[in-house]
Amino acid sequence: MEERLFDTGRRPVWCPGCGNYSILIAMRRALAELGLRPEEVVVVTGIGCHGRMSDYLRVNAFHTIHGRVLPLATGIKLANPRLTVIGHAGDGDAYAIGLGHLPHAARRNVDITYIVHDNMIFGLTTGQVTPTTPLGVRTKSTPFGNPERPLNPLLLALASGATFVARGFSGEVEHLKEIIKQGIKHRGFAFIEVLQPCVTFFNTYRELREKVYKLEDEGHDPADFEAALKLAQREDRLPLGVFYRVERPTFEEAFAHAMNPPPALGRLEAPDLSRLLERFR
Amino acid sequence: MERGEVYVLVAGPAGAGVFASSVIIGKTLLRQGYHVFVTNEYPSLIRGGQQWALVAASPRRPVYSHRRRVDVLLALDRGALLSNIGRLHEKALALCDTADAVNDPRVVALPVRDVVREEGGPPVAVNTVLVGVLFGMLGGDLGVLKGVIRGHFRSKEAAELNVRLAEKGYGIGLQLRGRFPVSVVSGGGSGGRLLIDGNSALALGLLAGGLTFFAAYPMTPASPILHFLAEVQRDVGIVVFQPESELAAINMAIGAAYAGARAAVATSGGGFSLMVEALGQAAMTETPIVIVNVQRPGPSTGMPTHTAQGDLRFVIHASQGEFPRVVLAPGSPGEAYELGCRALNLAWKYQVPVIVLMDKFLAESYWTTESLPPLGPEEGSVWRGGTNEPYARYRITETGVSPMAFPGTPGALVYANTSEHDEYGFGTIDPKTVRAMQEKRFRKLSTIQKEAESEGVRTYGDGAIAVATWGSTTMVVREAMQELEGVKLVQVVWLEPFPRESFAREVGARRLLVVENNMRGQLASLIREHVLREPDGFLGRYDGRPLDPEEVVEFVRSFAARGG
Repeated sequence: MEERLFDTGRRPVWCPGCGNYSILIAMRRALAELGLRPEEVVVVTGIGCHGRMSDYLRVNAFHTIHGRVLPLATGIKLANPRLTVIGHAGDGDAYAIGLGHLPHAARRNVDITYIVHDNMIFGLTTGQVTPTTPLGVRTKSTPFGNPERPLNPLLLALASGATFVARGFSGEVEHLKEIIKQGIKHRGFAFIEVLQPCVTFFNTYRELREKVYKLEDEGHDPADFEAALKLAQREDRLPLGVFYRVERPTFEEAFAHAMNPPPALGRLEAPDLSRLLERFR
Repeated sequence: MERGEVYVLVAGPAGAGVFASSVIIGKTLLRQGYHVFVTNEYPSLIRGGQQWALVAASPRRPVYSHRRRVDVLLALDRGALLSNIGRLHEKALALCDTADAVNDPRVVALPVRDVVREEGGPPVAVNTVLVGVLFGMLGGDLGVLKGVIRGHFRSKEAAELNVRLAEKGYGIGLQLRGRFPVSVVSGGGSGGRLLIDGNSALALGLLAGGLTFFAAYPMTPASPILHFLAEVQRDVGIVVFQPESELAAINMAIGAAYAGARAAVATSGGGFSLMVEALGQAAMTETPIVIVNVQRPGPSTGMPTHTAQGDLRFVIHASQGEFPRVVLAPGSPGEAYELGCRALNLAWKYQVPVIVLMDKFLAESYWTTESLPPLGPEEGSVWRGGTNEPYARYRITETGVSPMAFPGTPGALVYANTSEHDEYGFGTIDPKTVRAMQEKRFRKLSTIQKEAESEGVRTYGDGAIAVATWGSTTMVVREAMQELEGVKLVQVVWLEPFPRESFAREVGARRLLVVENNMRGQLASLIREHVLREPDGFLGRYDGRPLDPEEVVEFVRSFAARGG
């Protein structure tokens, strides 16, 4: 498969230098290298700059409302587990308005991939604070400095029981592509946090570039949960790669009774309700 | 007092088996050829607090609702006796344990707790003894009662214990024959009829409509729909699931429907409030979805276990922006079944959100219902491939309905977009495209309006006065019509789009009264808006209780007496 098979041909309208370009390229390459057909892939996008991904990725797509990427993607996967379902969300989507869905998606281990474009700022609404904006940072809505400590998404995902937890960086496209490929191949809920500078409203590129390193360069066993917890708490340096990976039964398996055929592919016929009526006689 | 017609009130503390007893009495009467209606009232708690259930039964005619009349009270404790004795008429009887009795000629003190002790039953089993006493006294068939009890308990041991308790009670009841002027005349079997509640009937209707995906967050009084579907999901092979919130429930259902599943959710007004943003999403993405709102009194938490019809205007207008939707309101379990199926079929035919508006009184009361007719799913405009033209999810068509493909269809990429979009789903702000899309969505409305006109209004009886209702209030007015003459009942089943022509035609030049379970007259306001007519009178009840047929009778008669 070729990368351009996954290109709608529309010219992206992100700011020059935006991290979303790299994530888009990493996604197209990952899908192509996995040999997936556009028809069997569904991408769900939220509201924010990242949300335009669905205009540029040539696959099935659902551009949903703010914060609801996970339940949308969960419904799609449950209705037709044969589809490869990938959710894209921003840090506002995933960690502010839609945070309530994250621990549940993680603990129920639905087989979807969740890629969070984390630029630590609301970009599309022109620069307000988000749950991952560092303490003290001045934004349009925190003119005297952010009074809240930032959330640690990796720690939250690990604590919630996510079976695949990883971090990528938009400045490392090939590395990010590999992480996305592993996430898609993982059977279960794959959580991928992507560090992505916002060149216009919160440019962290230089700082991130200095702090990031690849886990595989220094050695880490993704089966080691305790080590993953420790790594997720590092602030002096920011590890990239797969922090944790484990195999657990997926959510869809609990509905085996409804999967032959799955809900989306059921043949339409009048059901025989006579047995269900007995209790009312 | 009519021979053979009987109104039995079971009352007791929460957890004492009040509802179970009422359903056992109801089914026993059903199987002896009776038309039965069972309704209940309870506070929002699990133990303590008084609750009651009323069984109204007639061997001759359909029973459409409760009445204020109570012939026999089964008081499961002293508190139940004290709080309900005021509801008894002069010749009525209250059956209770000796220790609970008060000095009143209508009270019959019986050693029911002794019977439970002798048989080694738990204290809570007093209810079964009293049910036995009731049928002994009325002359019901003991064998039928035993059969119903055996079917009620899952454990064989509990079933046999309760059968023994009912037999003992029946023996005591035989000695009371003649104390009470009504007797149960067995009219043979149930004739294939059911005793079914609105929630279960609605759930069966969804199944008949091809439901394959259901998600709901618990909320009284809609939860029994979730319970029923969760229990039968393996028998019918569908996904039934309780997620973290109503936000998750409806978004999952919309995701499932986008993928191709026949999906529905159910909730009450508070949960519906949380679903409103996703209601707009379903409309903008033209994803077929059914939302059931089982109303209870609001605003806010209101009274969770009581009834109201206060959400009509809310569900018609909920969400920002303008889009076509369908709002259906069943009045009985038979209609809940029929409209549950119809709702899914309409959602798929027109790719619009369909809201089914129920209420607690309909949802949790039981009516004798003719066996449910076979209904089935209709696919709507699904596209399964086959042309060389590139697939466009929002293709502009004459009817406004675009062929709907699902992800995985060869040759089609399906792009659903909550942002305004072009035919292919790509985001757009181009004024020409935006206008074309808005007009395409609204073109569906003219066809939907025709369906509303042809099936949106039902009538009963005729006369110089028209009484307009919607939802379960229809049943109360039908019961009131047993006592009234010269009344035409006009029930509005489709509330949106409003069947203005057929409503106006059915009402004609008659005087028009409106009866609703709310304060401000929401159907009345729709009539003003769509039919340009001011109703001649309005009766509303808004204390969390259904209207009583007696107050409807009084309202209509005093209107007529004033020369209405």
